[in-house]
Amino acid sequence: MTDMSVAYPERLTVDQLQIAPSRRHREAIIRYTLLVTALVSVLVSALIVWILLREAWTFITEVVWADTWGQQGWFPRRGLYDIPTIIVPSLIVTGIAMVVAGPLGLGAAVYLSEYANRRVRSWLKPALEILAGIPSVVLGFFALTWIAPNLVGPIGRNTFGVIGAVILLGYAAVSAGIAKAKIKQYREGVADPSARVGAVASLAMLVAVFAVAGAWILGVWLDFAPNNAGSLAAAGIGVGILTIPLVASISEDAMAAVPDSLREASAGLGARKMATATTVVLPAAISGIVAAFIVAISRAIGETMVVFMAGGAADAARFTDSPFEGGLTMTAAIASLASGTDSVVGEGLTFQSLYFVGLLLFLFTLTLNIIAARFVSKVREAY
Amino acid sequence: MSMTDEAPRLIERPVAAAAEPQAAEPPPAAERDVVFRSHDVNVYYGAFRAVRDVTFDVPKNEIMALIGPSGCGKSTVLRCYNRMNDLIKDARVTGAITYRGTDLYDERVDPVEVRRRIGMVFQKPNPFPKSIYDNVAYGPRVAGQKKGLDDVVESSLRKAALWEEVNDRLNDSALGLSGGQQQRLCIARAIAVGPDVLLMDEPCSALDPIATARIEDLMQEIKQDYTIMIVTHNMQQAARVSDTTAFFTADVRSENDTRTGILVEVDTTQKMFSNPADERTENYVTGRFG
Ligand SMILES: Nc1ncnc2c1ncn2[C@@H]1O[C@H](COP(=O)(O)OP(=O)(O)OP(=O)(O)O)[C@@H](O)[C@H]1O
Ligand SMILES: [Mg+2]
Repeated sequence: MTDMSVAYPERLTVDQLQIAPSRRHREAIIRYTLLVTALVSVLVSALIVWILLREAWTFITEVVWADTWGQQGWFPRRGLYDIPTIIVPSLIVTGIAMVVAGPLGLGAAVYLSEYANRRVRSWLKPALEILAGIPSVVLGFFALTWIAPNLVGPIGRNTFGVIGAVILLGYAAVSAGIAKAKIKQYREGVADPSARVGAVASLAMLVAVFAVAGAWILGVWLDFAPNNAGSLAAAGIGVGILTIPLVASISEDAMAAVPDSLREASAGLGARKMATATTVVLPAAISGIVAAFIVAISRAIGETMVVFMAGGAADAARFTDSPFEGGLTMTAAIASLASGTDSVVGEGLTFQSLYFVGLLLFLFTLTLNIIAARFVSKVREAY
Repeated sequence: MSMTDEAPRLIERPVAAAAEPQAAEPPPAAERDVVFRSHDVNVYYGAFRAVRDVTFDVPKNEIMALIGPSGCGKSTVLRCYNRMNDLIKDARVTGAITYRGTDLYDERVDPVEVRRRIGMVFQKPNPFPKSIYDNVAYGPRVAGQKKGLDDVVESSLRKAALWEEVNDRLNDSALGLSGGQQQRLCIARAIAVGPDVLLMDEPCSALDPIATARIEDLMQEIKQDYTIMIVTHNMQQAARVSDTTAFFTADVRSENDTRTGILVEVDTTQKMFSNPADERTENYVTGRFG
């Protein structure tokens, strides 16, 4: 080792501890440059909100309010701005998206953080990230050409048949579980001679259930003629797929942040993995999970391309509250009105209606964030 | 152990046996006083062997202390007894550990069932971020118990000498308790499951001397109901509370630079601290280690 000691004088002067003047100037420049970059983003946001409010205000003050509620639909070029016509489809799409993305995203997160070993994780996480990277226009296309005819079509046409199929499949899964347990019992010779009877009987039951389910599903499938019309359900499923990675990765981050000492405490008290996940990890991670859902809902309600392509309506639409029909979401209403060469020509307030819808969207996400913040502060189990 | 310790245990044994359903048929005489028996236990983390060929018995209704320098594998050994090492993805245990005559590592044994009988208290108090009540009721709840939780919570907190301090704020967060109270809560939580054995990994190392003394008293009070294994770095603590002591050390092989934990000696605490058979034990307990 070299000698690191420095000869210090008996007394130090302030000069010796001062920053060099050139260095001081550089520090100041760095500081103000960074401040400006921060201010630019604030300024842009403020500008957007200002323009939004100004144009929306024109609409609010000049529109005939009688034309905004209880009309047949949203026909901006004819001066009919029925607000429920665009809000209800937005809510339907968002609701369906969350029904898809909530369980799948949360399930994936619990699996990744609590169950998966390193090997599975090493390919499952990147796979999820790839899903997040799919451009929404590709998903819109997928929703229109595959989800609409193959998933939504049969359900819309034969709801009873599809529900029946789902129940039969659930039943089949349960009987498969029973059969597996019985066969294992028989193999290990744990039980009495009746184990053999049990194993054979449960196998027979399994075959029967699968035969019935198969026939039923085939019947339902044959029963429909494909059509490529978009619908709110198709768009909702598409948006749901789009938001799965969002829910999964934010929730997983929140769960991964829960200290292992809590998992060990839980396991040490005789809790199974599922009990640990639901009663210790999820409550401790709740604020992150709620945040995941808020982000996902905001993303879903603001998603444009998928609903524009697969939602089954453009420009104008009649009121609908059926997920199996085409409908116009708030975002699709803006997009379709603002696209094309004659962009926003038409009745006097057509242009301003865009901003009004934009303001509505903005208020939705704002309210959501406020409610979520309240909720989280109430149920949070801080660790 | 001395004869004066022996006498009351002989009287108590039938009472304890009557309370244990699985002890209806008395075990063979040789196994009667032993809860755990380990034979040539090795623990690996991946390719690294952390502990080599550990063999010793754990007597029933006594406190056994595991002592030794840092990194010699005390925690690793302790965690074998409730299959806690199963949670570490690349940990592997070889050799045999029997618990009341049954192989703990038999493939049919469910680690969850093991942990309901063999509770654990950790080095750092780790209460759940829930209420005091919910912390204690946690174990019974995950085992499916729904009724009578109030009684379980009260009796467990009483046993852990915490009831008087918290009975008026059972619904407050457990994180509002002091470190010593939190650790006693963790003991209450472990007791609430109705265990047979308590494993304690340096339960007092995060506590001040007064809180430590309370927990030591507590251990003395509850040892008539439980068998306790405690890891400690505190020689006085081992000498004060335990009946038997196991001394581990790290065996360093210079040729391939590996450190492996080995068991040096097990005996009554009195003998281990006054007249140990092995020189390494003597050096360690007298502070002349290393
Ligand atoms: N999860 C793990 N993965 C890999 N190696 C580990 C793991 N846990 C412990 N080890 C290693 O095993 C050896 C024994 O560790 P252990 O924690 O059992 O020692 P200890 O005697 O309890 O030490 P201390 O007194 O410091 O708590 C150490 O070399 C340690 O690095
Ligand atoms: Mg340790």
